[in-house]
Amino acid sequence: MTPRRQRMLLIGLVVAGVTLSAGLALRAFQENLRYFFSPSQVVAGEAPDARLFRLGGMVVEDSVSRESGSLTMSFVVTDYVHSVPVSYTGVLPDLFGEGQGVVAHGRLAADGSFVAEEVLAKHDENYMSPEVADAIARAQESTAE
Amino acid sequence: MIPELGQFALVLALCLALVQATLPIAGAATGRHDWMALARPAAVGQFVFVVLAFVVLANAFLSDDFSVLYVAYNSNSNLPAFYKFAAVWGGHEGSLLLWVTILATWTMIVTVGSRSLPEKFSARVLGVLGIVSFSLLLFTLLTSNPFDRLLTPIVDGNDLNPLLQDPAMVIHPPILYTGYVGLSVPFAFAVAALLSGQLSQDWARWTRPWTVSAWMFLTVGIALGSWWAYYELGWGGWWFWDPVENASFMPWLASTALIHSLAVTERRGLFKSWTILLAIIAFSLSLLGTFLVRSGVMISVHSFASDPARGVFILMILALVSGGAFTLYAVRAKHMVAEGGFKLVSRESFLLLNNMLLVVALVVVLYGTLSPLFIDALGLGKISVGPPYFNSMFVVPMLPLVLLMGAGMHATWVGMKGETLARKLAIPAVGAVVLGVLLPWVIFGSAGVLTVVGIVAGLWVIAASLFDPVRRMIRRDGARTLTRAQWGMTLAHVGIGMFVLGVTVSTSYNIETDRAAVPGDRWELAGYEIVFRGLRDVQGVNYAAVEGEFELRRDGTLVTVLTPQNRVYRVQSSPMTEAGIDARWYRDIFIALGQPLGDGVWSLRVQFKPLIRFIWFGALVMAFGGLLAASDPRYRSTRAESRVSSAAAVSVETS
Repeated sequence: MTPRRQRMLLIGLVVAGVTLSAGLALRAFQENLRYFFSPSQVVAGEAPDARLFRLGGMVVEDSVSRESGSLTMSFVVTDYVHSVPVSYTGVLPDLFGEGQGVVAHGRLAADGSFVAEEVLAKHDENYMSPEVADAIARAQESTAE
Repeated sequence: MIPELGQFALVLALCLALVQATLPIAGAATGRHDWMALARPAAVGQFVFVVLAFVVLANAFLSDDFSVLYVAYNSNSNLPAFYKFAAVWGGHEGSLLLWVTILATWTMIVTVGSRSLPEKFSARVLGVLGIVSFSLLLFTLLTSNPFDRLLTPIVDGNDLNPLLQDPAMVIHPPILYTGYVGLSVPFAFAVAALLSGQLSQDWARWTRPWTVSAWMFLTVGIALGSWWAYYELGWGGWWFWDPVENASFMPWLASTALIHSLAVTERRGLFKSWTILLAIIAFSLSLLGTFLVRSGVMISVHSFASDPARGVFILMILALVSGGAFTLYAVRAKHMVAEGGFKLVSRESFLLLNNMLLVVALVVVLYGTLSPLFIDALGLGKISVGPPYFNSMFVVPMLPLVLLMGAGMHATWVGMKGETLARKLAIPAVGAVVLGVLLPWVIFGSAGVLTVVGIVAGLWVIAASLFDPVRRMIRRDGARTLTRAQWGMTLAHVGIGMFVLGVTVSTSYNIETDRAAVPGDRWELAGYEIVFRGLRDVQGVNYAAVEGEFELRRDGTLVTVLTPQNRVYRVQSSPMTEAGIDARWYRDIFIALGQPLGDGVWSLRVQFKPLIRFIWFGALVMAFGGLLAASDPRYRSTRAESRVSSAAAVSVETS
């Protein structure tokens, strides 16, 4: 091969590789998008039925309950307008608590409750996750109207 | 009175930075020696005043001066002194001051280290660093002054965030920032080259040790952060593709590419404008990272309370510094023409592919990190990108990168025969494949395709890196002829191989269980027996904790006792989990205490993580390789000597 053809081959391979990875990247990206919904949006039926999504809001006081000695528990998430019951099996993060912000990742069950696969409480004590704060503000605006 | 002294020092530093940012560059353009000569004293003076401000703030923390707002927010009289000092960078204002202090320190080292460089060039380099420093100092003083007073002083402070009360967190930010900010030096070198319109191979030789040094700190900083996340908040995860983690990882990818393209520019005079572009991109990503962390646009454990004004200010700095550099690049880069070519099978080709693949990886991370921001800004909804996107996409460019790495090290400059290269690599390649297929079966009894691919790739890099040095050592025919830089490269690549092995094995054979247990329970995990002995209350200096006691037994004999804690820090009354970890080089056993479930039952997370230490140890080996490479005597020699020694080095490699 002449150096020129070698270079063309190299460039061709690189372009093919980049195109392939870009295609794969976009597909993986589409599949892994996690949409965020507030309890009001879930009650209004805007959240998908089968797909995973994230639900965020505040944990209602006195709503956390569990069978004694079991890892399975349930609580209610609210944006102070509508509420959604959530069930979860596993270890909770440190900052989870009643009256605190929470983001749960999971999907809707047939009865309209939310089955969480993962529960996040990543903010600190005096800091509400911006997504949660935004969801609450929007829900309250819509009732004020 | 003393805190005001700190503020005054910052104002003086700002004035000196303004001098440093303007006159030397103007002097270099007009040929005025007296203006260029101002660069060094201005930089030294700036360093003195910035350090003074830092000392004043540290003193306010150590002496519990709660009349200072920032101290009141981030410290408490009961905090151990060690953490009081670390609390200096525990919040936004102080970490910005740390940023500026580290920049002043790098600038100071450049003033000392650039004495042998041409007058105009070093004046421009220091001038560019002055521009960066001026903008950040202005940002600090206008939006984030750490010396602001409380009108009515309070008795005691709000305490440092308990997440940060940890030894690794004390050193993680300074080391990471040293890496981040260190990338300003190759950036300044690149802009200085653009200003002069010339780029010699000497330029690449001057820039290399600075780039490698910054990269080394960045590597250690990222590894420390990952290690901390693993035992402190991750419940056993070590990387979350959190936007702030990505913000530190993107400059790492860019600077890794830069190190490799600099090698080509120095040795062969090729890739010139690409190298310049990478240097600009790497530092721009550092600034972007600062923006992501400081503006509060990202939800993360790292982000401090959001303040839009700060975000806008940092965007303006980004536009000025990076935008200016990119514009200059667009105007000037076409003059930097490469001479000479190379064959398909050559060191240059491999390094070109290295750069391509690293940039692809960078784009994958950048896209996944920034697209939620844009989608939100366009009002299309709030989304986040799940870790599976990053995990699967990142492997696509990384696997070929790792496979090519082993071959690239053995390719010669300019070109060689493909068969010669293949013959050189046959033994390590066959060895890696045989071991990579056999080992997982022998040790773990099963292996998926991806696991085998990962293990083969890791072993391949290690074998290909070490094959030549080890053979030379056995034959005693001159392992010493390897230069320090070559040893550095070898070790850095071995570190990558160890990292790949650690990631592959710990993800493939990880056992993770959540369970509900009462004292007295015993169960089996990966050939070990775990016995839950009991619980007790523990009082720490500034926290109270419930501590679990777990015996780890193997074949009936006690291996160790693990004592995970569930802490509540008094001042902020925030809970923290301290995992109990039995760490060996070949595996970790990890127990974290969750919550009481009633009736004396506790939720636990119990994990077995084989080879996970290789992830961080590999990163340390990489960084050590960087240290060796950066301290190669070749970079310290004067210009005349260097020609000879680099010619000698070329002849060694091609022989």
